Amino acid sequence: MHSASHQIPLVRLAKREGGSGSRSWAIRIAAIVLALVVGGLVMVISGHNPLTGYATILSGSLGKTSAIRQTVKNFIPLLGTALAIAPCFKMRFWNIGAEGQITAGAVCASYFALFWADKLPQVPLLILMFLAGAVGGGIWALIPAFFKAKWGTNETLFTLMMNYIVIGFVKYLQGGPWEKLPRGSQQIAQFESAACLPRVLGVYCGWIIVLILTVAVFFYMKYTKHGYEIAVIGESENTARYAGMNVGWVIMRTMFLSGAISGIVGFMLVSGANNTLYDGVAAGVGFTAITVAWLAQLNPFAMVGISAMLAILEKGADTLQTRMQVPASISDVITGILLFFMLGCEFFIRYRLIFRGRSSREEGTV
Amino acid sequence: MNFLVNLIAAAVLNGAPLLYGTTGEILSERSGNLNLGVEGMMYMGGALGLGAAFYYEKAAGASASGPVAVLLAIAGAFLAGAIGALIYSVITVSLRANQNVTGLALAIFGTGVGQYIGEYMRVREGGYVAIGNTLKTYFQNSPFPDALQRIPVAGPLIFGYNIFVYLGVIVAVILWLFLRKTRSGLYLRAVGESPATADAAGIHVTRYKYAATVLGGGISAIGGMVYIMTIAGCVWNHEGLSGEGWLAVALVIFCLWSPLRAVWGSVLFGGLMILYLRFVVPFFPTQLYKILPYVVTVVVLIITSMRSSKDKQPPASLGLPYFREER
Repeated sequence: MHSASHQIPLVRLAKREGGSGSRSWAIRIAAIVLALVVGGLVMVISGHNPLTGYATILSGSLGKTSAIRQTVKNFIPLLGTALAIAPCFKMRFWNIGAEGQITAGAVCASYFALFWADKLPQVPLLILMFLAGAVGGGIWALIPAFFKAKWGTNETLFTLMMNYIVIGFVKYLQGGPWEKLPRGSQQIAQFESAACLPRVLGVYCGWIIVLILTVAVFFYMKYTKHGYEIAVIGESENTARYAGMNVGWVIMRTMFLSGAISGIVGFMLVSGANNTLYDGVAAGVGFTAITVAWLAQLNPFAMVGISAMLAILEKGADTLQTRMQVPASISDVITGILLFFMLGCEFFIRYRLIFRGRSSREEGTV
Repeated sequence: MNFLVNLIAAAVLNGAPLLYGTTGEILSERSGNLNLGVEGMMYMGGALGLGAAFYYEKAAGASASGPVAVLLAIAGAFLAGAIGALIYSVITVSLRANQNVTGLALAIFGTGVGQYIGEYMRVREGGYVAIGNTLKTYFQNSPFPDALQRIPVAGPLIFGYNIFVYLGVIVAVILWLFLRKTRSGLYLRAVGESPATADAAGIHVTRYKYAATVLGGGISAIGGMVYIMTIAGCVWNHEGLSGEGWLAVALVIFCLWSPLRAVWGSVLFGGLMILYLRFVVPFFPTQLYKILPYVVTVVVLIITSMRSSKDKQPPASLGLPYFREER
């Protein structure tokens, strides 16, 4: 871009004004299709037919009731965590600690599941676990938020480190104080049935909770004063200060809320999905959910679609491994390719490329 | 005495993969690109590095030469990381996407690719991918003659390591010299501190960001290969590799973006990772040793943000996008 002469560069950029919705969606769908083609190439290189591959992914994830149930089980934490991340990212607070906040919530919920199950009936116990998960995740998120608000400590790196601290702590619980008897298994006991979330339509009722959360987060971000404050801080912290907002307070409040939602996801994972606690409880969901939230442009309803797509891919890849001996990590490969294409395509939605030859003609119309 | 020598030697050995991961990430972050995909690039480097050495040995048979295998493994790993980092650069620098999200996407993609290749090789080669014992010695034994290694104390402490330890230190020192003593290094730091100013001074911001990130990604990925070939015993073992990349990101902070500090920082982190095996303190559970590096990093992060000493800060534009038109 640094040409010394006065030539017009080969490619110039211009921002698209307004941009029609249908056009943006056409570009996004084209990106998804391209990504699937590239993913298919990966299958070809390793000697598999991509068409049967994709057909297997679809039938393996949606073909049977039991398969759909497993897909929904993958879908619940992904959507829940993406919802948790949305307010932070809207505020341009790069919380990449959802993994740890899920785990912290899971630990707190598990405490009540393990030690209070014989003292309380099911409903109050589950409510208590729900609240404990929310508070645990919230506090774990509040720590980096406090230092960010007070001293401007880099939140990306701080939240990242917090993940591994709490995951290491769970490893300690597993092999130490919470290990099931007889000792030596490095595992925590299965929860009593009173501490397990009931099933609705064959899947634990977490799916109802995340769908309610979807509406709630949408409403919170769009129609409340808090949501407005978050949006203003995201656009410009100085404007927010000038308008009299207490930026530090809003950062801490939003992070607590975000961590609380992640913590609720942690509660659902231990109480609904696994019925126990282990160090891999979050299993990378915290990271994948970040990309889900971002690709959905932080729109809760779009997150439903993207989470569903990735959940289908994940479950389908398991079937692919058992039926066609394709390593299940193909799901991570295709997920990665999908993310790359979708991240890249936003550029073509926001900008217009003008090539040298055509530029003189278009100059007048722009 | 002997205990201490063994502990330090083990710490150096375990720190070597981290040293590569960290050095590469420092180079990338110095240009303002916070590439969170180190974990993914190290996976790719591990799988491709092992693959390169393995298939070379398979093709060459008994005449396989050790140095060539080592070079091929390094080249394979570097290439894998460089490709990963190139994807990241295209998306963040040219296509202007968010760095955090793209880095995480690279972490997901890279761990997937690494495991996919590792698993694919395992299935294709009938369940086991490992290189022969003769070649292994080139990866795992010290390049120095026995006489030097047998010197008491100094022998194991200075001459007892595998070749990658020495190479890693050399790379880190070269990077330090480059950043501190050369004009290009100064330009690179300028890009990381304030790309707008650098741009106005006529520095080609895009070119520097690309070069630093791609080179850095390649160096980071070599760390994955070093882990597989030395600590994991030349066998694909994706579980052992998990977490190394994130630890390298932590180490970048701990050593305050200086490659020279990364040399002893990697030894310290390497030591913390294996300390639980060798040094048991009553009342302090062994499982908690492994979170020490992260706790220490958080403390360093907090202290640097509270003090405002100018040379011990993250690059000012770290993680921020730079688009000339949007200033």
